[in-house]
Amino acid sequence: MAQDPYKTLGVARNASPEAIKAAYRKLARQHHPDLNPGKPEAEARFKAVSAANDLLGDPDKRARFDRGEIDAEGQEQRHSGSYRQQAEQPQGGRYSARPGQRPEAEVFDDLFADIFEQRRRAESAPRRGQDETYRLVVPFLHAVAGATEALTLPDGRSLSVKIPPGVESGQTLRLRGQGGPGRNGGPAGDALIDLDVGQHPLFRREGFNLYLELPVTLREAVLGGPVLVPTPGGPLRVTLPEGSDAGRQIRLRGKGIAAHGAREAGDLFLNLRIEIGPADAALKAFLSQWKPEHPHDPRAGMEAAP
Amino acid sequence: MITLDLLCARFTRLRLEDLQGWIAEGHVRPERAGHELVFTELDVERVGLILELRDDMAVNDEALPVVLSLLDQLYDLRRRLREMGVTLDA
Repeated sequence: MAQDPYKTLGVARNASPEAIKAAYRKLARQHHPDLNPGKPEAEARFKAVSAANDLLGDPDKRARFDRGEIDAEGQEQRHSGSYRQQAEQPQGGRYSARPGQRPEAEVFDDLFADIFEQRRRAESAPRRGQDETYRLVVPFLHAVAGATEALTLPDGRSLSVKIPPGVESGQTLRLRGQGGPGRNGGPAGDALIDLDVGQHPLFRREGFNLYLELPVTLREAVLGGPVLVPTPGGPLRVTLPEGSDAGRQIRLRGKGIAAHGAREAGDLFLNLRIEIGPADAALKAFLSQWKPEHPHDPRAGMEAAP
Repeated sequence: MITLDLLCARFTRLRLEDLQGWIAEGHVRPERAGHELVFTELDVERVGLILELRDDMAVNDEALPVVLSLLDQLYDLRRRLREMGVTLDA
């Protein structure tokens, strides 16, 4: 679908023919491809502008377009603006600004002198330093609680990097002004630090919550009582309720990833796992005599193929 | 290579007097073959360009030589850069 020709020319739908002509002239002067060699976007723009003018510049076609009888497409494309393809070939020399002679080398020497002068000037202008990227391995618990890590740069400088709690692998911290030095008085670039958060043998992380598989003895599970639980903040005494079965989840509120700014701290979830431990004669003797009060089949309803 | 008549037939808005004027001014430089003028593709495109400058961009007779001279210098440079092996866009 071609664009609305009124929009292409930047005129109102009720614009006078003079206004359309003036708008077209202005755009044609600006975008004519022969006046803009080396700018392919000018050519595309010029084509659109010409097509719009062919449609709106003709009162008859414009009226038909306004009545919806013809659309903006399907208009005959005027062939124009291909002088430059000829002029850039060797035969174009016939219209050289100095007829009959090759352009003198010194003209081009001057031209290149100008170009080099401009480049030299650009190089002496203040320039911001480059951003440098570094990789930093953050231990799991540092990412949980937040920490300050020291990063030694290739040039021997040491950067102290504040790690906010809750960072994840793939996140990047930006330290303003710690990158490459600026040139000619320009500001230094930034240091970009890609974080790589390590794993932990006990804790698993999901978002801002932590998960811990907690082994308990049969006695602790059945009778309940206090157990010592390792948490990122140090061992914590937790009282198990009586009859805590395997798979039961206990939530320790606020013991996950530390709070940061407006974000509240995450939780630590304990998943109980019962460990029987080494063989015990008394337990064996008890179980062989034991008649459960409420017999229970833990595999009831279990089917491999539902 | 086409003759004057064919050239005039190719551009509906081209009048013979204008073309003769441009040839006299050196804006268009056809070659001569016997009594006839012959126009190459380059000349044809140049006539097209002059028509667009005049009719579409309202470049008048006084401004036309200025515009053509600047364009000729621009294309001198671009041809020269091309000869030197510089790659130009488009």
